[in-house]
Amino acid sequence: MIAYIARRLLYAVPILVGVNVITFALFFMVNTPDDMARMQLGIKRVSPAAIENWKHEHGYDKPLFYNRAATGLGRFSNTVFYQKSLRMFVFDFGASDDGRDIGHEIRKRMWPSFAIALPTFFVGLLIYVTCALGFALFRATYLDFWGVVLCVVAMSISAMFYIIGGQYLIGKLWHWVPISGYAETAAGTLRFLLLPVVIGIVGGFGASARLYRTFFLEEIGKDYVRTARAKGLGEGAVLFRHVLRNALIPILTTVVVAIPSLFLGSLLTESFFGIPGLGSYTIDAINMQDFSIVRAMVFIGSLLYIAGLVLTDVSYTLVDPRVRFS
Amino acid sequence: MSGFKIVILPTDALVYLLAAVVAATFWYVRRREHLRTPWRRVVQSASGMVGLTVLLAFIAIGLLDSLHFRPRLPAPDSDRLLYAVDVLSVLDVVLQPLRGHSEKTYSAPLATHGYAKETVLLPGGGEQRVFPRLIYGGAQLMDVARDYRADIARRSVVGMAAGLAVWLVVIGGFVAGMARRNGGLSGAMWRKLRRGETTVPWRAIGLTALPMCVLGGMAVALAGNYHVLGTDKVGQDVLYEALKSVRTALVIGTLTTLLMVPFAIVFGIAAGYFGGWIDDAIQYLYTTLNSIPAVLLIAASILMMQVFIDRHVEWFQTEAERADVRLLVLCAILGITNWTGLCRLLRGETLKLRELEYIQAAHAFGMRNARILTRHILPNVMHIVLITVVLAFSDLVLAEAVLSYIGVGVDPSMNSFGTMINGARLEMAREPMVWWSLASAFFFMVALVLAANLFADAVRDAFDPRVRTRGMTMRKPA
Repeated sequence: MIAYIARRLLYAVPILVGVNVITFALFFMVNTPDDMARMQLGIKRVSPAAIENWKHEHGYDKPLFYNRAATGLGRFSNTVFYQKSLRMFVFDFGASDDGRDIGHEIRKRMWPSFAIALPTFFVGLLIYVTCALGFALFRATYLDFWGVVLCVVAMSISAMFYIIGGQYLIGKLWHWVPISGYAETAAGTLRFLLLPVVIGIVGGFGASARLYRTFFLEEIGKDYVRTARAKGLGEGAVLFRHVLRNALIPILTTVVVAIPSLFLGSLLTESFFGIPGLGSYTIDAINMQDFSIVRAMVFIGSLLYIAGLVLTDVSYTLVDPRVRFS
Repeated sequence: MSGFKIVILPTDALVYLLAAVVAATFWYVRRREHLRTPWRRVVQSASGMVGLTVLLAFIAIGLLDSLHFRPRLPAPDSDRLLYAVDVLSVLDVVLQPLRGHSEKTYSAPLATHGYAKETVLLPGGGEQRVFPRLIYGGAQLMDVARDYRADIARRSVVGMAAGLAVWLVVIGGFVAGMARRNGGLSGAMWRKLRRGETTVPWRAIGLTALPMCVLGGMAVALAGNYHVLGTDKVGQDVLYEALKSVRTALVIGTLTTLLMVPFAIVFGIAAGYFGGWIDDAIQYLYTTLNSIPAVLLIAASILMMQVFIDRHVEWFQTEAERADVRLLVLCAILGITNWTGLCRLLRGETLKLRELEYIQAAHAFGMRNARILTRHILPNVMHIVLITVVLAFSDLVLAEAVLSYIGVGVDPSMNSFGTMINGARLEMAREPMVWWSLASAFFFMVALVLAANLFADAVRDAFDPRVRTRGMTMRKPA
């Protein structure tokens, strides 16, 4: 198994290199560093000296791939590609435009993101699967019908409306929980986290519950279920012992890949609630047009996604004995 | 305003192309029975047709808004032709009263007075803080306190009656037409319709059209003299904004797939059919693209494109063109992040089809690969393409709102649901609360996305061979 995981991780290397090349092309070849400098300093009336100065400060004044002026290995290492792109593989992200170390910021900010995303993910999953199983149990009844109608309506509503509406109703109108104020006190934070988590769960309900319901219904139509019924098992035993276990396989494909990305947090939730996590960090970076942060987040995001793929494969073998490492 | 210059924005051209593709498909399918069968199932689905009815209303608005022109300016010297910098659409002309009637700032729906108090000079000297009368909202009323309610009620009733009349005429004409076509009596046709016994769920369609007609009639009757959904921060009519946002949503939802589908088909089928290094290369490509978080890829691309557009301002004649190019770029990038899912599905399906006997038979007959791909593989994976395209629509419309909030969506000068929500977000904290922008965006967006979801489900149920739930009958909850 360890050999298998190691091999899968090795497969990840060319993909990460590809991501790196794509981002590099996007950030440095579509527009030159001069353009970025001009945008940061204001489009019009920028002296060439100011541009050179900005580029020097941020390390963009080197050649892209090959430095003729340097000697030895410095010809390759003293370039923008090496300094800005390849250094990411050792988790050296450099400094953001306001001079702070990006790696440090990321390590500090991933925990608030995780604190929101983790409960949202697992409690949500539990609720969605339970509801989907309930729909499957009462399939083709009015309960199922109206449940699906509710799901379709719920998934037609933008996540932003859930957040704005939830903040307004619960926070402003009813004053149950505070809308902002992360990490003022430990107890206060717990109370504060409640609303974003609940909104996150409600927002994801429609699409997920309905998807899992179709997974369950697909399994219910299979022969082994008929066999189970024929030998006299009750509906509960059929659903929980047989259908649930088999439907877990397609559910896992959609779910496990997202687990590592929980560290990235939710862009919308964090930004609306003012949580100092990676999601709001990303949004701020986009708004300030801080490309070094965006580049770093792209790299980390891809890394976590690939970790998710590996995790998915491993989890298959845990739930499905037919799948073997090969 | 005499004369105009037709402007075809890039997205307009693609919208026309899409309309042509849809029309050609319709014409092609009409004459082929095996292709008509699944569509017949779609047409017989009540929820699907309800969704389609609402969608068609939105599509009509979107198409009207895709015919752009620049009106000619009255020039003193008639030798040179001058055109306005504003690019208008046919929809703008239809909605002229809404577009022109701008107030100073916020006003509530159907209000006659402003949202905030203003200092006005009294005729006899001195000043007073009052809610000012709106310039257009209820301007025809002499005595607001006395006439307001009666005027609103009268206009609403007239609008409702007109809407109802239109609806009745259409239904009546429809019943008479159907009866004549089928050679029966109008009365019998009417009874069948009322009981919902027609094969096509006309009753459900009619019942969907009824509120649309009545609400539309009321809006038309009131919109000339009031701001039906209020006005926003700069005094723009919210109903106008919402209607203009429809095109943006439709363009994002449809053009994105139009741009991505050719790539997904070519790469997906090639990977599945040829296997070997082609498969490896294509899999590598889409795994790599997939592993970049979509929001970040879009953000990075849009930021870069904005720098690019800013550097080449001289390429664009009008602001509308610049905004439109950004919309097109957004569609293209959304397409790049979205094609991988379809590509993977097509690859899997082609892998399965490749091993089937009829493909092997085609090989044995010495058919060339290109011909096998186009004649035998492609038609048998088209249902996957269709299902993916209709399912993707609502996701894309929802994604636009989020992207506009983050600041990497459509151009801020372009009307869209995302910009409406983004602007309305801060207004919720005002006292008294400005709720109407958000409520309007909510209403229009949910109507559009829900209709699309209902229609997409009907299409999926009709085309997906795996759906087995059909034919299950209702029973009471156990």
